[in-house]
Amino acid sequence: MPSWANGSGRLPEPEFIFLPLGGLRPMSQNGKTPLLQAENISLSFGGLNALIGISFEIHSGEILAIIGPNGAGKSSMLNVINGFYHPQVGTITYKGVTRHRMRPHEAAAKGIARTFQNIALFKGMSTLDNIMTGRNLKMRVNFLLQALHWGPARKEEIEHRKFVEGIIDFLEIQAIRGVPVGRLPYGLQKRVELGRALASEPDLLLLDEPMAGMNNEEKEDMCRFILDVNDEFGTTIALIEHDMGVVMDISHRVIVLDYGRKIAEGTPAEVRANQVVIDAYLGVSHD
Amino acid sequence: MSEGSPNGVHDTFPARFVENVKRLGKEKIFMREKKFGIWQSYSWHDANIRISDFALGLAALGFKRGDRLGIVGDNRPELYFGMLAAQMLGGVPVPLYQDSKEQEMEYIVEHAETRFALVEDQEQVDKMLGIKGKCPKLDTVIFKDARGLRNYPEAFLKSIASVEELGRAFGKDHPGYLEAEMEKVQPEDTAVICYTSGTTGSPKGVVLTHGQLIFSARKIIDLEHMPPDTSTMAYLPMAWIGDFYYSFVTSIVGGFTVNCPESADTVLQDLREIGPNVFFGPPRIWENILTSVMIRMQDAGWSKRKLFQYFTGLATRIQKKRNQGKKPSMGEWIMSQLGHLLVFGPLLDNLGLSRVKSAYTGGDIIGPEVFDFFRSLGINLKQFYASTEAAILISMPESHDIRGDTNGPTVPWMDVKFSKDGEILIKGPTVFREYLKNPDATKEAFEDGYFKTGDAGIIDQDGHIRIFDRAKDVSHLQDGTMFAPKMIENKLKFSQYIKEAVAVGQEKPYVSVMINIDPLSVGNWSEHRNMAYSSYTDLSQKPEVLTLIEKEIRRVNESLAGEEQLKGTQIRKFLILHKELDPDDEEITRTRKVRRGFVSEKYKDLISAFYTDADHVNTEAKVTFADGRTTTIRADLKIIEVPIIG
Repeated sequence: MPSWANGSGRLPEPEFIFLPLGGLRPMSQNGKTPLLQAENISLSFGGLNALIGISFEIHSGEILAIIGPNGAGKSSMLNVINGFYHPQVGTITYKGVTRHRMRPHEAAAKGIARTFQNIALFKGMSTLDNIMTGRNLKMRVNFLLQALHWGPARKEEIEHRKFVEGIIDFLEIQAIRGVPVGRLPYGLQKRVELGRALASEPDLLLLDEPMAGMNNEEKEDMCRFILDVNDEFGTTIALIEHDMGVVMDISHRVIVLDYGRKIAEGTPAEVRANQVVIDAYLGVSHD
Repeated sequence: MSEGSPNGVHDTFPARFVENVKRLGKEKIFMREKKFGIWQSYSWHDANIRISDFALGLAALGFKRGDRLGIVGDNRPELYFGMLAAQMLGGVPVPLYQDSKEQEMEYIVEHAETRFALVEDQEQVDKMLGIKGKCPKLDTVIFKDARGLRNYPEAFLKSIASVEELGRAFGKDHPGYLEAEMEKVQPEDTAVICYTSGTTGSPKGVVLTHGQLIFSARKIIDLEHMPPDTSTMAYLPMAWIGDFYYSFVTSIVGGFTVNCPESADTVLQDLREIGPNVFFGPPRIWENILTSVMIRMQDAGWSKRKLFQYFTGLATRIQKKRNQGKKPSMGEWIMSQLGHLLVFGPLLDNLGLSRVKSAYTGGDIIGPEVFDFFRSLGINLKQFYASTEAAILISMPESHDIRGDTNGPTVPWMDVKFSKDGEILIKGPTVFREYLKNPDATKEAFEDGYFKTGDAGIIDQDGHIRIFDRAKDVSHLQDGTMFAPKMIENKLKFSQYIKEAVAVGQEKPYVSVMINIDPLSVGNWSEHRNMAYSSYTDLSQKPEVLTLIEKEIRRVNESLAGEEQLKGTQIRKFLILHKELDPDDEEITRTRKVRRGFVSEKYKDLISAFYTDADHVNTEAKVTFADGRTTTIRADLKIIEVPIIG
């Protein structure tokens, strides 16, 4: 443990108001407690089998990468986890509760947040307002009071705004606070989307190709943010990414999908050395 | 130099600060910082608590009189507090450029024998960890932002909060310690060591004392009638004497309020929210503001653009008349009032400069066109002449007599004369004592007790100092015409499309220039024309862009042809460089001055091609990334010939 964390038991920055997401944990446990277990998941659209009998675990505090060639079923897997798709077969156990079906808003309320492959922000709204929408589930005051911006609604909004400002500071996007996101370059939009996901204080953060379409500098920044979220707040992260350099650098474990099946799982080094994975990526014919 | 110390207070920063705390206490704000979207304030009283705790914490960690505290980061109250804390213990802050590479930091940390470093965040902590092994004296690194540092095991890394905590405990055990240490601080003690950016060779540490800096600041505040409610913006690199003087020295001497922006990217927005009444920026800042105005006008609607063009044209004409000592006609006066109502007032408000009583530029020579532009908008912009080694002012224009091409009369406490070669020599109580641990350079810098500024200039018939260029850069063309590259470059940089320019011509038949286009402005221009481009290199060699720049060069030639001394130095040939000049590649300094010697060596193949019949030249250049990795870019650069006028 670093020396400054000893003794006083205080957070290093006295006026730091950005409360840790998902509660302060003693260091990222990166351990064996499964936050989520997927068992024997199968999903098909008509005759197309998107996912076939997939089982895996996401451990608390880890960064898990899901990789695979195009059409391997990666995004479908994320969509199953956050309840957007309902698998025909299989169960998902999240925080010890097993369920067969869950709707996206239930998933969100239970602490699962995500970003999308194709950015899904409100283009006409400012960065600040977009991230504020991520706080929506945390708002307790009724719609009428919110509209009047009166009494408890005002107080609540200030609380949420404080939180959101913490995120803006964390992601270093102060300069675009008031800019409509439609006018922002792609890399910054991705960052705003991450901000909105963080605003809901997720326990599990799902990132669908957070680095697609970015240049090297933007990728480096995004890696930094992902590592910092995981490191500072202990948030568990599952991400899909095509840039192998990134995946191997930042993830603790990797799952490889191919044609809807899980073909490998392990540490980045193990996966890299796995012949099946190499074949899948180099395109060995499937008989 | 203890003359005029009011109320018997020592001319030291800790003493002046404590006096302010007593006088201004909780009523007045010492520092403001925008954080989490809100301006957060430290009154003098609040600041004192944090500074005292931090100073005692440093003492607990073994910081002693004479020790040096390296400071690296963006402008943050905590870092300025650290400067004062070090001074309270009789120590010396050594600010470093936050964008320096590891090797550059290593040189200064090692040379200044810095035992303690106060840094902003992980980025700087990483650099300190990188050099720690090579700088054995460095033993404690204190950081402001803990972000990303959770898993750093090094015991010598400490947060500001933990140091303050240590300080509180230390203060309980050692009552009266800090007061006793502060008593020992004398005006003759070193207050800061500023490393000069070094257009030549390794940086040199300029040693300045409390007494010198406070003396000079008190004089300036009087001379310029700066009111006690002066509010300024701290946005320039902390390692530059300009920021140290403007944000630290004058604010402690005058009891002013300093505002720190939220981040480097938000300076212009924050400026608008604060509306400071005094604003200082080196020429490049004014050039940047001008460019950003021009880009926004490009994007504006037809009617706004026409209004802007008409009124700026008018204002520039009036300003030219004023420069010649003439008054505008009645019609012009009426229209210019209308211009202020319709265009300039709103524009200044938008820039956050509408409350500015006095604006300053210094540190380099500003192009007269840029200068006139801001004067014509109604900003009371003054160009002074200063030098780090002079702590800092040498001349300052008087409000009733301001001209774009001179820097005003010499300040009363400074004695100025010229060497045989026209180099400016100065002597006075604020001239620095020495370069740290560099007696050779110190000896070389003085001649008969006068400091050699290295600037070439004259004093005109009205007693104003006028600077041409760095003395070593002034030379002659083959036919003997005087050639001062800076004058030509400044005229070029007035163009919103040209970010940087390097003029060459020493002992050559004619003048040629290498241009850096402004990627924002030219990028915006090409977007308006639906021109796609992939990179800076690609954009810079587009035929349309070359034509655009050629037009600008013709304009500059016209302007040069109009001035008797400069007529012979019109530009014959130019090319657009395939990469931006970058401090990481050592082509410009961290304060963005061209390192001429280095550039002419690095691009010697380009320069020699100017003086052949070639209409293009193949080249490659090394590019250094911020993390120190390098790559090479190759390009085929076109050389364009431009007609000479007259």
